[in-house]
Amino acid sequence: MNAGLTVLVLALVLGAGEVRVGSKGFTESVVLGEIATRTLAASGIPAVHVRELGGTRILWEALQRGDLDIYPEYTGTLAEEIFSGGVPATLEGLRPALAAHGVEIAAVLGFSNGYALGMREPVAERLGIRRFSDLLRHPELRFAFSNEFLDRGDGWRALQRVYGFPQKDVRGMDHDLAYRGLESGAVDVTDLYSTDAEIRALGLRVLEDDRRHFPDYQAVLLLRSQAATPAVRAALAGLDSRISAPEMVALNARAKLDHVQEARVAAEFLQGAGLASAPAKTIGVAERLVVNLRDHLLLVAVALAGSVLVGLPLGILAARRARLGQVVLGAVGVLQTLPSLAILVLMIPLLGIGARPAIAALFLYGLLPVVRNTHAGLTGISGELREAAEALGLPGMTRLLRIDLPLASPSILAGVQTSAVICVGTATLGALVGAGGFGQPILTGIRLADVGLLLQGAVPAALLALAVQGGFELLGRWVVPRGLRLPGPDER
Amino acid sequence: MTPLVLLDGVSRAYGGAAAVHPLTLAVARGRTTVLVGPSGSGKSTLLRMMVGLVRPDTGRVLFDGRPLTQASAPAERLRMGLVLQGGGLFPHLTVEGNATLVARHLGWPEPRIRARLDALLARVQLPRDVLGRIPAELSGGQRQRVSLVRALMLEPVLLLLDEALGALDPIIRSELQDDLKAAFKSMETTVVLVTHDLAEAAYLGDTLVLLRDGRIVQEGTAADLVNHPADPFVEHFVRAQRTLPGGAAR
Repeated sequence: MNAGLTVLVLALVLGAGEVRVGSKGFTESVVLGEIATRTLAASGIPAVHVRELGGTRILWEALQRGDLDIYPEYTGTLAEEIFSGGVPATLEGLRPALAAHGVEIAAVLGFSNGYALGMREPVAERLGIRRFSDLLRHPELRFAFSNEFLDRGDGWRALQRVYGFPQKDVRGMDHDLAYRGLESGAVDVTDLYSTDAEIRALGLRVLEDDRRHFPDYQAVLLLRSQAATPAVRAALAGLDSRISAPEMVALNARAKLDHVQEARVAAEFLQGAGLASAPAKTIGVAERLVVNLRDHLLLVAVALAGSVLVGLPLGILAARRARLGQVVLGAVGVLQTLPSLAILVLMIPLLGIGARPAIAALFLYGLLPVVRNTHAGLTGISGELREAAEALGLPGMTRLLRIDLPLASPSILAGVQTSAVICVGTATLGALVGAGGFGQPILTGIRLADVGLLLQGAVPAALLALAVQGGFELLGRWVVPRGLRLPGPDER
Repeated sequence: MTPLVLLDGVSRAYGGAAAVHPLTLAVARGRTTVLVGPSGSGKSTLLRMMVGLVRPDTGRVLFDGRPLTQASAPAERLRMGLVLQGGGLFPHLTVEGNATLVARHLGWPEPRIRARLDALLARVQLPRDVLGRIPAELSGGQRQRVSLVRALMLEPVLLLLDEALGALDPIIRSELQDDLKAAFKSMETTVVLVTHDLAEAAYLGDTLVLLRDGRIVQEGTAADLVNHPADPFVEHFVRAQRTLPGGAAR
């Protein structure tokens, strides 16, 4: 009786939260994420899809932290990237290693999507290149690899060690942009996934890995064990061995080349395969705009409020204590020099994915202009006004509020304005960690080479930045006292 | 009667260069004391010591018999008024805002503030309609008069003026000298005034303190300085500044 009650309560508690499915920032992962989400929804399990997150590390961390419950992954990636080659890239080898991290394989989807190298067919034919080893004879070829491929354990560096490639012109770029480069002839060789839709569409030759460098990349669904209720397990197990390699290529082509939304692609697949699916819902442009605007404004507003609330006192402190001030200004200056992407990724182990790490990163980014301008505004008060203020005999806080801060207000407001505009722009990167906003359509637009979609993010983001700029000009007329907007007594 | 201000053995150096050598100076109550001397003679530094804006390296400052320290200065400043060369008016506040800032902070009732403002405006010959203006909308002379109103608002026992007329053109300056003289006469307030203009010092001051290179050279009335110069420098300083017979301006 008691045990039954406990189970019931547990089921209610667990059922109350949505199951969170993640996906990486490329089409296949997004389609698989959609398929998993819709499969769960069809079983009556509330599920949300957190789309297009930055990369393997981000998803893995999120899974470890419990920010995500499920995401599609590949056995080779797990073995090489997560376990650094210490575990064989087989299901048998991986299961215990994953279990040690509280993760299980919920479904083996039925296809492999290995890394390969590809060239345009006519070029490969002309140069007589069929295998990786043939590339050794052509050091003039230009290589472009996805950034992840350049960095990961089983990627370019390992490949170069095995084959000893002589090519010097090797650069990193977005995977989808590399295809554009291949198409235009700016790039000769790129890494590709064996289920990429472009292989057929662009007429690419997939070169043979003649020294068998790349491991097997079977697609699996990872499931966080703590979220693994029998219902979730059963629903996902239904996807086991249901997607063949040609099917996956077709799904990718449908999303990427025919520009059908991943949600619809997933629904069509599930229906065609006789699997249950929740009804497909397509989000319209207007609704997407509103949602993105809301997410974007939330990121900017919270981060900016934090920057002002922390930056203003820091700026005042820096102005009061000269030596400490140098330390404070130096510290926030260093924060500013860190690449925003790096800050975002550094925040993930601390704050997980979603709006929180993005807000934290934007907050840190927005600090410098506020601190610096508060400091400059306060230390820029003329000697005579400083003496006049001190001679009045007002207590420190009254003097600060009635004299010093109003005198510094034009400078402070300019700092907040700079911070806000930086925030609006940088917030577009928030989409990489699942924070949404106008970065989301930009990210998807780049991935799908869909200029229209890209503009749906870029144009509103730019307009928002202009609006923020203009808004602060108006605010200045209201906040900055009249006497500080006219030429001062000393300038007449 | 103890002096209102006593600079007792004070000295001050800036970056190794002495601005004021150890000296003692008493400011008598109810009189106008003028610190006069050429640029760099230390007169402004002495004035700033009296209000606690400059701390002496040696010696001490007694205000109304009590040591003026960092801790006591803010409260004592409520009994002082300071007028600076440029007026030191806060550009973001109106004339009224400048003049009533401290009174309002101290919670003066509105009728008292109004009555005090009206009386002071009349005394410095300013029309009431300047109250709503900001400093940028005032002339140089008006700014100094407003600064004087602000300094006098709390009925201070000590009024300090640092080259308060130094930036004004001669006609305005002469008008303001007249108004100041009338104001000093009508008030009980002790005044300390800094100027490099001996004629101004003689016109406004009861006691003149002539300074050179951070030392007091002579202390006395204007007549003492003219008739009994303590040394050749005093004689030289007096001659250099004296208005010539026949009324021609310097």
